[in-house]
Amino acid sequence: MTNEARDWRGHPLVQLTLVRYREFFREPEAVFWVFVFPVLLTAGLGLAFRHQAPERIPVAVVERGTASATVIDALAKGSDFLPRALTDSAAARALRSGTVALVVVPAGAADSVEYRFDDERPESRTARLLVNDALQRAAGRSDRLPVTDRQVREAGSRYVDFVVPGLLGMNLMGSGIWGLGFAIVDARRKKLLKRLIATPMSRTQYLASFVLSRLTLLVLEVGALLGFAFLVFGVPIRGALPTLLAICLLSALSFGALGLLIASRARTVEGVSGLMNLVMLPMWIFSGVFFSASRFPDALQPFIQALPLTAVNDALRASMLEGAGWDRLAPEMAVIAAWLAVSFALAVRLFRWR
Amino acid sequence: MPGTAATAPSLLVRGLRKRYDDVIAVDGLDLEIRAGDCFGLLGPNGAGKTTTIEICEGLTEPDEGEVVVLGLRWGEHDRELRERLGISLQETQFSEKLTVEETVRLFRSFYRRGPSAEEVIGTVQLQEKRKGRVGQLSGGQRQRLALACALVGDPALLFLDEPTTGLDPQSRRQLWDLIERFKADGRAILLTTHYMEEAERLCDRVAIVDRGKVIALGTPGELVASLSAEHVVELTLAPGAALDEESLGRVEGVAAAHRRNDTWRIRVAELHRAVPALLAELHRQGAQLTELRTHSATLEDVFVELTGRHLRDE
Repeated sequence: MTNEARDWRGHPLVQLTLVRYREFFREPEAVFWVFVFPVLLTAGLGLAFRHQAPERIPVAVVERGTASATVIDALAKGSDFLPRALTDSAAARALRSGTVALVVVPAGAADSVEYRFDDERPESRTARLLVNDALQRAAGRSDRLPVTDRQVREAGSRYVDFVVPGLLGMNLMGSGIWGLGFAIVDARRKKLLKRLIATPMSRTQYLASFVLSRLTLLVLEVGALLGFAFLVFGVPIRGALPTLLAICLLSALSFGALGLLIASRARTVEGVSGLMNLVMLPMWIFSGVFFSASRFPDALQPFIQALPLTAVNDALRASMLEGAGWDRLAPEMAVIAAWLAVSFALAVRLFRWR
Repeated sequence: MPGTAATAPSLLVRGLRKRYDDVIAVDGLDLEIRAGDCFGLLGPNGAGKTTTIEICEGLTEPDEGEVVVLGLRWGEHDRELRERLGISLQETQFSEKLTVEETVRLFRSFYRRGPSAEEVIGTVQLQEKRKGRVGQLSGGQRQRLALACALVGDPALLFLDEPTTGLDPQSRRQLWDLIERFKADGRAILLTTHYMEEAERLCDRVAIVDRGKVIALGTPGELVASLSAEHVVELTLAPGAALDEESLGRVEGVAAAHRRNDTWRIRVAELHRAVPALLAELHRQGAQLTELRTHSATLEDVFVELTGRHLRDE
């Protein structure tokens, strides 16, 4: 019998952590959901909600001889409008179907115009203001107050900027809860947990291996999503990078603890899947991943603000989009840390090894 | 080293009791395994074998009773005991995505001392599958992997819970060869089984367990000899043929008769006297015989004698 020299590779924590990596990277589906899916989602949403050059406003001008030609000339001058001459009935139809925002009816000799539009359609109201402004100027009105326009298109105010921190938060939640939950329940179901505690293995090291592997995978996971969003869509990262990483770290630990708690007793993969969905579904809806959580009624806000994903998303957005520092992030970080402490304490108390 | 003090028992169990809700799994069980012994717990499913072995492994708390393993007790010397025991549970599934070598290495890392992963893989003859995924292994290879994981700490006492259940005969014999080799190393082994051939071949001593109690204890030879009638005649009757049990029992040389469906199992002392007498009795009763077989009595017959049931009933 030889006593194998125990170099660092033979240390149980190293071996247990290696097992975590192997199990993860040898499961192509898991790799897809953690790394590829968020990037695809970002790409899709970024493309769908990208900024476009302001469109010309479609306007119908009812045919009334030369009066119509004057109006069309006036409107066609700038690049704001897309005027076309239509008969009375065709114009009415175009308005009804929404292909034009406004119908202009020149009133022959009296040199006046009538606007027909639906005042419940915002684009119609805008069209009414802009068309009127253009026609009045063409008719000789001059402005008293000199104005200058400066267009500001800033990264950070687009939908993709809003959604990337939300996707990052959602990804941290998913990989924390799924990553731990499935692996642990699967090991329990296979009686592997029971076999492991029949060895001198330290139970703390077993749980620590999950933490260690999550933390290293986290760097890859966050890097892939943020790198893609930054390089392809120019999503800003205004806060300090260490702050952002610290938020991700605390969030990953907190969701990992929640995953541990969810998996602490379940014996079947089906059972734990149901529990995970029960826990995650409210957060997908309420926690402001795809749209702001403030859209929900005030009565729900105390509940929504107490959810860990809400705190994570708020903290990520504050850091990335507004460059917030620790002083502003403190309340969110406190919520995330509280979830970590409570989930972990409960999980350790409830955890079933066999 | 395995078997430090030759005089101290490797395992001592006294008055063990365990109940689950309203089922009494173990009901006052005593065992003593001497250093270097291969001891078998033989009994049908549900006899309390697994509960007993898991209590000895420190995985289940007994309600009552004393368990001394290698001179140590659970609750006082757990870490030390875990280092010195080798365990193969009844239905552990190792992670299918790991290779054989990775799995053995993982288990090796938990022990302070013991052979290298390569050595153990060699011992259980899985060298060719060293780089193969656990998910690709056959049932017999998985059981050998479980043995490898039980051996990485160079255990003084091995617990094997149904090591060959569900295997084909060839894999079973291969596993038996391996276990015989561990015996030769001087380790004590406690194994549970419901295969009497397994107990007969591997075990120095056997405890027959039924309903949580030891109902017979001894070497396989002693147990069979205790039957006093060492041969068994099996008679299969044509369907519907009836046989009077009482008059069968009065036939010369018949020690006991048990019926299962259309087959009678009759223990006799001397075949050459009993068989003609039995055939004459059958003829007298007018029962049609479809098959007649004889064999030497086995542990199975001991179990049938003691309980009136078969090891693999149900």
